[in-house]
Order: sequence, then C-alpha cells, then structure tokens
Amino acid sequence: MTQTPFVEIRHAQKSYGTLEVLRDVNLTVNRGEIVAIIGPSGSGKSTLLRAINDLDPLSAGEVLLEGVQVNKTLPPRAYEAHINEMRQHIGMVFQHFNLFPHLTVRQNVTMAPKLLKRLGEAEANRLAEEQLAHVGMLERIDYYPSQLSGGQKQRVAIARALAMKPKLMLFDEATSALDPELVEEVNQVMKRLAEEHMTMIIVTHEMDFAASVCDRVIFMDGGVVVEEGPPSVVFRTPTQERTRNFLRKYLEGAK
Amino acid sequence: MDTDLILKVTPFFLQAAVITVELSVLTVLIGLACGALGAAARLSRHAALRFLGAAYVSVIRGTPALIQLFLLYFGGPQIGIQLDAFSAGVIGLGINIGAYMTETMRGAIVAVDHGQAEAARTLGLSRAQAFRKVVLPQALRLMIRPLGVNINAQIKATALVSAISVIELTYTAQRYIGSTYKPFEMFLLAGVLYLAIITVTGKVIAALDRRVRLP
Ligand SMILES: Nc1ncnc2c1ncn2[C@@H]1O[C@H](COP(=O)(O)OP(=O)(O)OP(=O)(O)O)[C@@H](O)[C@H]1O
Ligand SMILES: [Mg+2]
Repeated sequence: MTQTPFVEIRHAQKSYGTLEVLRDVNLTVNRGEIVAIIGPSGSGKSTLLRAINDLDPLSAGEVLLEGVQVNKTLPPRAYEAHINEMRQHIGMVFQHFNLFPHLTVRQNVTMAPKLLKRLGEAEANRLAEEQLAHVGMLERIDYYPSQLSGGQKQRVAIARALAMKPKLMLFDEATSALDPELVEEVNQVMKRLAEEHMTMIIVTHEMDFAASVCDRVIFMDGGVVVEEGPPSVVFRTPTQERTRNFLRKYLEGAK
Repeated sequence: MDTDLILKVTPFFLQAAVITVELSVLTVLIGLACGALGAAARLSRHAALRFLGAAYVSVIRGTPALIQLFLLYFGGPQIGIQLDAFSAGVIGLGINIGAYMTETMRGAIVAVDHGQAEAARTLGLSRAQAFRKVVLPQALRLMIRPLGVNINAQIKATALVSAISVIELTYTAQRYIGSTYKPFEMFLLAGVLYLAIITVTGKVIAALDRRVRLP
C-alpha cells in the first residue's frame, strides 16, 4: 500500500547571504511516523525544522502538509491568514520553552484555543486540565512559569502545543537546556506521544532517545541529508563516512 | 531666612503648584500618546513610517526644548498657529517628552525575548494577536520604571514654560522675587514643592510597578 506523504519537503534550499544553510533537502514523513534529525552543530537541523512551519522561510523549495503547501507565496494578508491556519496544525516545542511568563500555566495552555478556536471559559479550562494531566502538570495549573523547574516548563510547553490538537509536532532540542536529571521526565512525555502515534519530527542530540523512540533517523551535515534510515541501521551500520565520524565523536563526548 | 514671608506666600505657591501638576499630567498624557505612536512608527513594517518615527525622535532630542517652545509659541502665529501660553506649553512639552517616551517604549518592546512572539506565532496567532497578547503585556511591565524616569524629567521640565509666562511654580517664584527681593526663600519654597510633587509621583510609579510585577 502506498501512503500519501504526510509531510513532504521538496528541494529545500536556504541561504543567509552567501552562506548556504540548506542545499536541496528532500524529506518525506508519513502519518504517525517519528523522525529524528541529528547532526553536528550548524548543520541546518533547526533551519530545516523551522522551515516546516515557515518560521524561517526557505529561499527555495516547498513544504507540504497533507498535500497543502505551507510556504505558499501569497499577498501579505492572504499569506497571514493561510500560515496562521497551517500553524494551528503544527505544534512546536523550543529548546528554551518560551512559555509566556505573564500568564499562568493554565493561561499559557488556554490562550491560543480561546483566541483561535473561540473556546468558552469552561471548555478552555477543561481542555487545559486534560492536557496538563496528560503531561503530569495538573497540580501546577495555577503557577506561573517562573515557579516551575525546566522540565516542568517544557512539559507545560508541550501541553500548550497539544491543546491546539496539532497533526504534527516539531521538537527543536527540547531537552538540551535541561539539567540532566530533568531530561527523563520530558523524554517520558515524548515517548507517550509516540505511543499515541503523534507524527513527530525531533531535532535532538540524544542518540539513545532517538534510537529507542524514533522510526527513522536523518543525519544532516553541511545543509544536506547525508544518510537516513531506521535507527538500527544509521547508528549501528552507517554507510557514510561523515555519519561514522559524527557518531564516533558523539560516543567519545559521551564517555 | 524669612519664615514669615514664606508662610505668607505659601498659599500662592500652592496654587502655582497646582498649575505645575496640571502641566505635568497633561504633558505626560500627550507624551504617552506621542510615545506610543512614535514607537509604533519606529517598529513599523513600512520604511516611510520608520523614517518618520526616527526623524521625530532625532529632531526633538537634537534641539533644546526651550527652542521648541519658543518656536511654537512665538513663531506659531507667523504660520497660523495661535495658541495661548498654557496650551503652547502643554503641546510643546508633550511633543518633546513624547520623543523620549518613544525610545523608552520601543526599547521595552524590543527587550521582550523574540522567542515569545515566535512561540505565539507557532500556535497560530497573527502578528497583531501575538503583539497584543504576548509581547505588549511583557513590554508594559518593562517600561513602567523607565517611563517613570521620563516623567520625573518632565515634571522638572515644566519649569521651562515660565519662559512663555505660564504662571506655574517657577514663574511664580520669579514674580515674588520681583516684589520681595528674597530669591533664596522664593526659590527654596519652589524647590520644596517640586520635590514634593516628584516624591509622590515616584511613589505612585513604584507602587504601580510592584503591583504588576510577575512572581
Ligand atoms: N538568522 C541567521 N542569520 C545568519 N546565519 C544563520 C541564521 N540562523 C542560522 N544561521 C546559520 O545557519 C547554519 C545552520 O544553523 P542551524 O541553527 O540550522 O543549525 P543546527 O543544526 O540547528 O545547529 P545546533 O545543533 O547548534 O542547533 C549555522 O551556520 C548558523 O550559523
Ligand atoms: Mg539548532
């Protein structure tokens, strides 16, 4: 059976001045698939991830979600309406959480659904409670972000994204800013999402996590996809020299 | 020091202080409006507006407030702008402080971490919604204290309108020196009243800042 691609990136190219950050990247992600993007610093992982919801627009190429082009060229007003609609389907989690510090945990979660889906107060509260329970943060619902640990903040950030009921979740080094002992609680939440078949694209430096959770690993270097495949293959029997070098350095660093 | 004289003139100085407070309140209100418009222009997507905003700030901050007042009050009639001294003072100083407030407000807005607007946009909020719901509430908190500094300067700057004979505190002090020949007492009294106004204002601003501070 042929699956229609859920996410499709075609000939993605991105330059900052003369610096080519993405060079003809092609990537397809199926519904329910969990993809890890790994690679050295500066290889273009974040740029690629942020191109998917057009946060960093591509210089050339296309991003499609269920066949609908995300990065359409439209007049400003039409583009604004289009991208805001598309982004409601694409959740994103950042390295530094980016919770809204002036809002409580509850308000962080309910703001977008209230504004964009016109949820009433009661409905929005129910949604917040449900999503926060899901990430184990219900007890802190009326705290402010500054009163939470890093791991708790990131779990709230995930709940905030999930409250929009996205079809796709993007994670950009969701655990990189966390103290080592707080990484696991966030990983657990992501694993749970994986079990629920959320489609996820995860930029990560954690190879163990990628190996245990992801269906496919993409290794990027210098703005290109060097190698991709199931974690068992990419991690154990990589075919490319650059992948081997990267993994060797990673293992040395981990020791 | 002639304390009897001070007690005798104090009621008149208090009346003048009321005018100084009125001038301060009105100029600050105009300044806040000009500052909001100026900051919006400086941060606009349109180059023409950005240019206008930048020109406003550099012209106003690059010339003495006194010259601006004279230009408006004495020069205005020549180009068809007839204003009484009080109105000219309020408008002139309001526009002047607005340029400083423009920079204060712009500074507070750009000081909000870019990741905040980004996170809001990622959820599907429009630029305007992200600004209103996420950036502005944080920027407002950041701007209270620096705006307080602008307001403090502005209260003192109302003394300038004595030069176009608005009967406020400084002008009143000068007028009583003419009849009493006691500049020490008169300026001292005026100074004490300025200090009182500024102290109260400072406390109000600090209380406001405390009230909206995040946990
Ligand atoms: N706004 C920008 N202006 C100029 N260059 C940029 C900009 N953003 C990213 N770059 C450059 O693009 C390249 C790729 O950056 P990107 O953030 O995608 O890397 P990354 O793979 O996510 O790295 P890391 O693992 O360090 O997060 C880097 O060389 C970076 O310096
Ligand atoms: Mg990155």
